Amino acid sequence: MKKALVVDDSAFIRKIARQILEKMDFEVTEGKDGAHALEQCETELPDLVLLDWNMPVMSGLDFLYSLRKMPGGDAPQVVFCTTENTREKILTALEAGATEYIMKPFDQEIVRTKLEQIGMV
Amino acid sequence: MSQAFTTLCDYLRRTSGLVMEPSKQYLVESRVMPIVRRERLSGLEELVQLLQRGQSPKLAKDVVEAMTINETYFFRDKTPFDQFRSTMLPALLAARQNEKRLRIWSAAASTGQEAYSLAMIIDEFASRMPGWKVEIVATDLADTVLDKARKGVYSQFEVQRGLPTPMLLRHFNQMGESWQISDHIRSKVTFRQLNLLSDFDILGRFDVIYCRNVLIYFDTARKADILGRMTRSLAPDGYITLGASESLIGLKTDLVAHPEQRGVFMRAASTPKPMENAARMAPPMAAPSAPAPITLPPGFGTSQIAAARLRTAG
Repeated sequence: MKKALVVDDSAFIRKIARQILEKMDFEVTEGKDGAHALEQCETELPDLVLLDWNMPVMSGLDFLYSLRKMPGGDAPQVVFCTTENTREKILTALEAGATEYIMKPFDQEIVRTKLEQIGMV
Repeated sequence: MSQAFTTLCDYLRRTSGLVMEPSKQYLVESRVMPIVRRERLSGLEELVQLLQRGQSPKLAKDVVEAMTINETYFFRDKTPFDQFRSTMLPALLAARQNEKRLRIWSAAASTGQEAYSLAMIIDEFASRMPGWKVEIVATDLADTVLDKARKGVYSQFEVQRGLPTPMLLRHFNQMGESWQISDHIRSKVTFRQLNLLSDFDILGRFDVIYCRNVLIYFDTARKADILGRMTRSLAPDGYITLGASESLIGLKTDLVAHPEQRGVFMRAASTPKPMENAARMAPPMAAPSAPAPITLPPGFGTSQIAAARLRTAG
């Protein structure tokens, strides 16, 4: 079963994302900010990270920079899932190593088609 | 099943050929009840009575359009577009090298995402197609969806369903919370109103026809009629793509299934034999590479390359 890490400071968003991903047969863990998520990645790298941008302690972007520097950190597919919706932010995310980008609000179909595009479902 | 629903279904079948099964009662009512409320009618029964009197062509048009408008999104179901990119387009590029002309029809185009998706794929092949004339004709019964399609403006929700982010950045301009498809892509598609039950010879001949998930609404006789006329509009080596769940079983047509591409059909005399006719069946290939690679620091991945190119393009 593929492993997904949902990183968002909103427990509600984490819950919704978990439900969507579990329906797609992912085993889901959660991170409440970038630093928390990084700790989990140091234990076990997930196959997929669904990543918020603006979080306390460590932002999603900083998490991504750190993740990609970790041994094996190139492997996880990282999909930003954020309210940041400008072209500039999207480009910044892709340049930092994000695989795909979701602008909130989102629904199950958006998540499904994005993951389909990157070969995760 | 209510009498009003039965009568409405009978009306739709007689006037527009649409076949609504009893299991679709909820769908039908959810589509027409907004019209009932807008017209301040007492209910479905009164709507049906007005339709039967035939005194309001606009009401009849609105009801038929409400039943035929289908939600769509970019690269919907993915496979039909992978097939276009990897099989149909390479084969047609080889076959049409002298005339350098391609015509594609997106029948039942709705709000335009299918047609624009095909245009975006063709754009990937641009470097291999200098001097080519490519025409995408997109038709639908409903004027309301065609208006939206022509404008090419989509919500944040709509541009995220099915559309890879690098393509969003390459082919769309942001307008506040909405995104508009670029003039370059929009110019490749012509939208026009068309009822598939009417004569469409005027559209001319096509190399590829996409007719997905619309024939399911017609009865067998009308389905066969439309497919028969579409076949006559198809180039001898052209392709028709139907919905993944659609088949020709029970229909008398001159089409046969492509031996290796599910949902794709060709004229019977043209069907390539599996792995025997290499000239007809260009082997599946990845999309042509984008502009010349640029040197990047180690560790850059595919998305980063795409982003770097998009920054360069501005």
